[in-house]
Amino acid sequence: MTNPPIIETHGLTKRFTVKRQEVAAVTDLSISVQPGELVAFLGPNGAGKSTSLRMLTTLIPPTAGDARVVGHDIRTEAAEVRARIGYVGQLTSGSFAQRVGDELLSQGAFYGMRRADAVRRADELVESLGLTAIRSRSVQQLSGGQKRRLDIALGLMHAPPLLFLDEPSTGLDPQSRANLWEHILRLREEHGTTVFVTTHYLEEADRYAERVLVMDQGRVIADDTAPALKSTLAGDVLTFGFGSADEASAALAVLARVTGREATLDESGRATTTVPDGDALLPVVIRALDDAGLAVRTATGVPPTLDDVFLALTGRSLREADRTADAGTGDDAEHTEPAAEAATNLQEASR
Amino acid sequence: MTATEPRTNAPVRANVLRDTRNVFVRELRPVVRDPFTLIFSLVQPLVFLGLFAPLLIGESGAPVGETLQWFVPGVLVMIVLFGTGATGSNLQYEMMTGSHERTLVAPLARSSLLVGRALKEIAPIVVQAILIVLIAWPFGFRIDPLGLAVGLALLAVFGVGLGSLSYSLALATKDREWLFWGVQQTLIFPLLILSGMLLPLESAPGWMRAVATVNPVNWVVQGERALLGGDFASTAVLWGWVSALAVAAVGLWLGIRAMRRSS
Ligand SMILES: Nc1ncnc2c1ncn2[C@@H]1O[C@H](COP(=O)(O)OP(=O)(O)O)[C@@H](O)[C@H]1O
Ligand SMILES: [Mg+2]
Repeated sequence: MTNPPIIETHGLTKRFTVKRQEVAAVTDLSISVQPGELVAFLGPNGAGKSTSLRMLTTLIPPTAGDARVVGHDIRTEAAEVRARIGYVGQLTSGSFAQRVGDELLSQGAFYGMRRADAVRRADELVESLGLTAIRSRSVQQLSGGQKRRLDIALGLMHAPPLLFLDEPSTGLDPQSRANLWEHILRLREEHGTTVFVTTHYLEEADRYAERVLVMDQGRVIADDTAPALKSTLAGDVLTFGFGSADEASAALAVLARVTGREATLDESGRATTTVPDGDALLPVVIRALDDAGLAVRTATGVPPTLDDVFLALTGRSLREADRTADAGTGDDAEHTEPAAEAATNLQEASR
Repeated sequence: MTATEPRTNAPVRANVLRDTRNVFVRELRPVVRDPFTLIFSLVQPLVFLGLFAPLLIGESGAPVGETLQWFVPGVLVMIVLFGTGATGSNLQYEMMTGSHERTLVAPLARSSLLVGRALKEIAPIVVQAILIVLIAWPFGFRIDPLGLAVGLALLAVFGVGLGSLSYSLALATKDREWLFWGVQQTLIFPLLILSGMLLPLESAPGWMRAVATVNPVNWVVQGERALLGGDFASTAVLWGWVSALAVAAVGLWLGIRAMRRSS
């Protein structure tokens, strides 16, 4: 604990009243983020990620609790907070009537940049986010991915010390997603920027975030590095295939004895179990099975994903959680659907 | 990749004048980039000028020039009423697509987000009004340069007020477009008809004339007529200005208040 935290919240809570019913969007959010950290909020639709960000960026006042962002109170010193943060919202930042280049210059002016600096910075961002060809087009004419890249360019214009991004990579192709992260990581490297991002993409949280806050139903239910979350909350899945169903059944007892965990047959009749430290156990188990006269034909050890973590924490996979969220409330389902789909594909791909 | 140091070491503070100018410049850009949108929206006033003025002339039997002298100031106010009265829908659209949210997170004075937008309304008003006057000129409309200048200023002030009211309505109705347009249409036609803009109210029933006396649009139209006719001494000029300034004051007050509460 050397620096004062750049974000500190105590019991931050937001309730909305929709048709006389209270919706607890965020409940009792208490977190502390150090300068320079890269934090990801991971959770299904409706978990309260956007609402949390909207409170921290002074867009909406909390129902209860308080927060200091870059040293200033979000309720009483909103202007001070705004001067020190950047924000890429979940929707489109560029006005449809404006041209791409014009929006970048306006954004620079809004943040007090000198025109020459703004022009230089805009050139740089346009170039590296692949917006050069569409610079003088109006936002309305852009494709979804191009709009999103403009949003990101707008958020990066003034290189703020603290940057919030709400599902920045939704709707981006893999190439653009990689470019986006390259930008974010470079910004951090050059300026020590603190990055607070929400995401639907497990892979993204896993790969880039140093710290993952898992959010569900308005509450943060886990807060750690991705590897730590995976090793403490989920385990490696070991799966063994045999020549016959009898052998597979007989293997269950051996597996349970060696690993101390329950073993089951999966849908293709293979024996499977979930263990911590699977890399080390895999050869041990194979030897034990051999000794028992059971010939192992195939053996796989699959490390856990953050979805397994989510499953372990909530009893549902992120994908299921998304589906129930979309069916339950008619909130921003229209906008978040592509994200949900993409997340689903990813989870399927990672299986 | 060098010279990437625009990092705000000294964070900007909201500064009403500078922010208003920045918002104004931003709002003006699409107009400057695409000036033909201004010309295109002249279609409606031109239709009134070309198809309604002849009816007036036919009915009154007055000479064309005299009729235009009466009718053109009303058409100019109509431009403000329809153009500026609908401008809130642009903000409403930006509220729904997300760009309004972006400007709310920027370190801009809340008031400037409203005032900068409202001031921009002046540009199309002035350009369109001058074009209409120039079009009416060869048909016998007399131009009094000083009267026109002050008349444009009156329209500008009225437009800033009406634009602010339209923005207030957008901020209040949020994503309910139907509500914005419902309220806007419900108000705009009575305001138009009860202003004596298209037809004189002299032969209207007593109750209509009574309502018209509290309609600021009516006073602005009369003031505009006096000014464009070069009749500076008329009390209509005074009441026109009082009405326009009152609309501007109420509009800006409501608009700034609504913008402060916007999220
Ligand atoms: N402005 C609002 N009015 C009413 N309910 C809202 C509003 N914003 C969010 N909610 C509700 O709060 C919950 C959390 O939403 P949100 O923060 O958008 O979740 P996420 O970003 O994680 O998908 C949802 O149930 C959503 O319907
Ligand atoms: Mg969200």
